Amino acid sequence: MEIINNFLSLTLQLSVPIVLGALCGTIAERGGVILLGVEGMMLLGAFAGVAGSFFTGNALAGVLFSILLGGLAGWLYALFCLKWKAHQSVVGVGVNLFASGITAVMLKAIWQKEGMSETVASIPNITVPGLSRIPVLGALFRDQSPYLYLMFLIVGGVWLVFYRTKYGLRYRAIGDQPYAVQTAGVPVNRYRYTAMIAAGAIAGLAGSYLSVSQNNLFVVDMTAGRGFMGLAANIFGGWQPVGSLAAGMVFAVAQSARFYLTDLEIPSQIVQMLPYVVTLLILLFVGKKVKGPEALGKLVN
Amino acid sequence: MKNPKNISELVKSLAAILLALVIGACFILISGESPLIAYGALIEGALGSPQALANTVSKSIPLAFTGLAVALGSRCGMLNIGAEGQLHAGAMASVLFALWFSFLPAPLLLAVSITAGIGAGMLVGCVPGIFKAKFNTSEVIVAIMLNYICTLFTSWLVNGPYKVEGSTAQTELIPESIWFGRLLPRTQLTYALLLLILTAVLMYIFLWKTSAGFKLRAVGANPNASRTAGIKVNMYLITSMLLSGGIAALAGVTEVFGKYHRFIEGFSPSFGFTGIAVAILGRNHPAGVMLTAFLFGIMDMGSLRMSRETMVSTNMVTVVQSLVILFVAAPELIKWQKQSRAKQH
Repeated sequence: MEIINNFLSLTLQLSVPIVLGALCGTIAERGGVILLGVEGMMLLGAFAGVAGSFFTGNALAGVLFSILLGGLAGWLYALFCLKWKAHQSVVGVGVNLFASGITAVMLKAIWQKEGMSETVASIPNITVPGLSRIPVLGALFRDQSPYLYLMFLIVGGVWLVFYRTKYGLRYRAIGDQPYAVQTAGVPVNRYRYTAMIAAGAIAGLAGSYLSVSQNNLFVVDMTAGRGFMGLAANIFGGWQPVGSLAAGMVFAVAQSARFYLTDLEIPSQIVQMLPYVVTLLILLFVGKKVKGPEALGKLVN
Repeated sequence: MKNPKNISELVKSLAAILLALVIGACFILISGESPLIAYGALIEGALGSPQALANTVSKSIPLAFTGLAVALGSRCGMLNIGAEGQLHAGAMASVLFALWFSFLPAPLLLAVSITAGIGAGMLVGCVPGIFKAKFNTSEVIVAIMLNYICTLFTSWLVNGPYKVEGSTAQTELIPESIWFGRLLPRTQLTYALLLLILTAVLMYIFLWKTSAGFKLRAVGANPNASRTAGIKVNMYLITSMLLSGGIAALAGVTEVFGKYHRFIEGFSPSFGFTGIAVAILGRNHPAGVMLTAFLFGIMDMGSLRMSRETMVSTNMVTVVQSLVILFVAAPELIKWQKQSRAKQH
């Protein structure tokens, strides 16, 4: 029982950045913009969180800082892709490299250290009294970061906007038929800019989870592929908010399993490979039926 | 470079590099250092002596291989973002074959190992091509999955069955008889350079002097028109990724045979992703790619000296390189003022 609880608890902890990263992919790509830069935006967010917390002494200010920087990055990303018509995947690669480089440079400039920053004020975990005693589900309420609940709220919020508002309907239509939607008088690019800023802000938030909630410092390249993992989860989940949540959980299970497989014969790398292999197999077997947004990468004037 | 289009491309590339260096200088100023001293140390460190120059060339070799790989894919309209996985697969396969067949005479062993490396890269490389051809799945998505699968799989091999005693995750040394010889003593410059030049020349001949190369480029320029003209588009999509994967694998193989003589976990500081920058800045042309790789090699090599003499992190180079990618990738960035004015009329 104890081991199941610990396993669940760890899985939930590891799921937050992956699910949020997947959601960034969903938000951007349902509107037709390819977002390979989640990884970099997340890293920028992680750094901004620590820098903000360091300079103000307040972890919440750090979080706010990372959301703002993430949003700014999302806006710049949109500017490059939509206004300057850059190759969208290439912009993603550029942003990821940029984030990796600039955070290390600024780390050295601020703290005169290589590798990791000084420790800063962080967001404490919470335990809900009573609820935490429930068997199995209690893991949800025991020693978890407030980010976990925020994550569920954001997934729900995106789902509501996507499927229960006219803006969501229009936005999803943009991802499939941008020219038709534009002809109908919808300002396609304004929708896309807004979505990219939102995606960037969520990526920034996800980054701050790693740096000021799970940890209390910044480590060079601390996102360690979680952004890409999120993108994979987004595809695995069929470009849908709830699908992203579920797929993100699957990736998190594979990640946390490696801490529990040390006694067994199965090597952890093989377990970590599984979600990627499964995603590939899904693309292979469902083939043409699993469809992302049809107009991925298409621009309008 | 007689063509005016080529000249304007060159000017745009130079403008992008200059802009990136200027922004880099701003970040150096923020760090409280002088950009002139920092960049001076960088140049001195990279080109200051024959040894430094040789090591700079050696540092640019893997970047040139991944750059050529990405360029070849791009010529067919395929963005090969999977070079990182392909070079891991290639390096591991070549090492394993060198260890398994170490009883063979050296020339044969060398040929077998390098072929195995290239083969592994091709195998991994062709998968995104097949997905694209059969299911129209984005080659980028499939390649990203394969990057993780390859790095995790090789990580398992080097941490598990093929790990040598000790704390580092590395395999046994390959037989010394097949190590690449040094071109200059006391430097890291090896025969890998000759292999690189050979690859670049072959790629140029293939793309511009054969009909298969012409068709491959036609598919990249306009797949629909090519299909109408009777070109087997799907076959070329797969072929381009197959060849691209093979070239990317050579980045890993040459690092192994020239520098480490074994597979070490994490030997590639994302050569695959930097290769995308190299290919874009080099305009997907073998000569341009070689030149850009050398430029990036200067930055990588010189940054070591720069970080010793100033408080600027070696990662400053990554920042400049990433800015170059962004500026070159955005064709409208340099002329967007004019564009937006034209639109108002």
